[in-house]
Amino acid sequence: MRPDRGSPRSGAPRPAVQFAGEAVAPAGLRPVSNGRRRSDTVARAVVLVFTLIAIVPLVAILYWLLKEGLGAWSKSFFTTDPTGRFLGDPGGIRSAIFGTIEMVALASVIAVPFGVGVALYLVEYGKASRFANVVRYFVDVMTGVPSVVFGLFVYIVLVVTKVAGTFAAWKGSVALALLMLPVVIRSAEVVLDLVPNSLREAALALGAPRWKVIFKIVLPTALPGIVTGSLLAVARAAGETAPLLFTAAFVLGTSGDLSQRMNSLPLQIFNDVGQAQDRLVQRAWGAALTLVVMVLLLTLVARLIQRRSKLAP
Amino acid sequence: MTPEDSRTTPVEAPSPDTTTEMSHAEDRDTEAKRRGGTPMKLATSTDRRPPPAEVNAPGISLRDINAYYGDSHAIKGVSLEYAPNQVTAMIGPSGCGKSTLVRCINRMHEEIPGAHAEGEILLDDLDINGADVDVVAVRRAIGMVFQKPNPFPTMSIFDNVAAGLRLSGARGVDMRERVERSLIGAGLWEEVKDRLNQPGVGLSGGQQQRLCIARTIAVEPDVILMDEPCSALDPIATLKIEDLIQELKERYTIVIVTHNMQQAARVADTTAFMLLGELVEHAPTGKIFSNPGDSRTEEYVTGKFG
Repeated sequence: MRPDRGSPRSGAPRPAVQFAGEAVAPAGLRPVSNGRRRSDTVARAVVLVFTLIAIVPLVAILYWLLKEGLGAWSKSFFTTDPTGRFLGDPGGIRSAIFGTIEMVALASVIAVPFGVGVALYLVEYGKASRFANVVRYFVDVMTGVPSVVFGLFVYIVLVVTKVAGTFAAWKGSVALALLMLPVVIRSAEVVLDLVPNSLREAALALGAPRWKVIFKIVLPTALPGIVTGSLLAVARAAGETAPLLFTAAFVLGTSGDLSQRMNSLPLQIFNDVGQAQDRLVQRAWGAALTLVVMVLLLTLVARLIQRRSKLAP
Repeated sequence: MTPEDSRTTPVEAPSPDTTTEMSHAEDRDTEAKRRGGTPMKLATSTDRRPPPAEVNAPGISLRDINAYYGDSHAIKGVSLEYAPNQVTAMIGPSGCGKSTLVRCINRMHEEIPGAHAEGEILLDDLDINGADVDVVAVRRAIGMVFQKPNPFPTMSIFDNVAAGLRLSGARGVDMRERVERSLIGAGLWEEVKDRLNQPGVGLSGGQQQRLCIARTIAVEPDVILMDEPCSALDPIATLKIEDLIQELKERYTIVIVTHNMQQAARVADTTAFMLLGELVEHAPTGKIFSNPGDSRTEEYVTGKFG
């Protein structure tokens, strides 16, 4: 029974009517044994220690990134291209930042519409059909495929065969898009599944054709979640090195031409870390910090949009 | 506004053709003209209220309906007449098929995986189960209000009511006027007229359900199906919906599924009792509750089972 707090009767003796046996605990309701108390304490301690150990490398990464990376940051670091000179000024990472943004943007333009389309098919039309389940299975498998495999695939299909030249930024975008696709599909499918069926039924019962139900009701309701999932996929693609290694290759200058080779942050880091000069390693740290900050911003935006969602998680 | 305002206009009074400043009653008259100018039906002499302006809605005939969920036979050969401009209540224990039957009437059962139905459903002589009948047109003519209020969460109150028209691609409709008229019709206008741009999900449960009714009548169907419209509402909200149903039957044919026998007794002209997928009895509500023709009906309405 809940005490009736605040009512004028609180403090007065309890009403005469009580549940029979309220005061007497029924047989079998004994207090917690000491053994169970001990195992509870031990189990709590063990999982706490695991958690502490797990966050040590995470904190250490951030610490080193800030310590080494902030030292590399300067105005010219962001505004000049790498010079590639062995002696003298090594230059900044402007081309890498622009390259990453350009290639990831093109990859998103490819992957997000396709991914949302596939998710719409799975949720609205395919449902539990055999074909839809096969597609879901393949998407799951693709989620686990290492990124280097996507790079190799594009290398063999588009680079080796010399489709419109050899190495090109758009080929890197294709590899990144392939990488993003399963992530976008999966996240969009989950969100579309969360859209209550009652909304679809309400719209259908109003005499709406199915495609309008999807475009006017289902998609707007799911939009914040779809955007969030897509942004997280973008964030993942932005940090990938392997798919770009064999496709967009490496170049020093800033370029807006997606049919040419293009620099990117992960490749810049990859190249600089292997150099024997401290200045170049320092530049790698700076580039790594830049990449992390970019991904962090994307994630932050994704979280903010997610908060506006009207769907229960 | 009270339900009485709308019933004070004499039936034979000529209605003005200008509809810019419409009162609720004038609204009804012009509506009647627009929809065919049918002669007003006179209510029985025992009715205390002056007879309201009516719109002749079509009736529905079910002929030998059978419905299945996969292999399970949910509706077994039900034939039933829903009289025009009447409220018909469907009662029966859980799982007796009343909701399934009602969903068949606007073919919403097709949305349930594995469900299919057979039989003729005649809306004014047109078999809506016919092979070449557009299901979208069927649902435009036969609206549905669901058990749980389900306003569209991304839309404002105004947009919720307008949604049906926009979704079904209606053109040349004065949206503001139609939304206002529908909200008045659903008895919600006075409560929301100052906050039409606020989200529909911000309303209370009972208001949300009336919003859903406004949304349904905004597309001007002929028939309204209600699947336990009050089961998620408190008694006061329920009473408002029940009053509303009494008003709505002047313009629509209404089928209401309910678990609440008092509700059936209060709102329905005729009541159909279903049991295990079969129609046991369909008779005037008074007869069902006082002098049913079947012993199973009597046992159910007197609370011996179900």
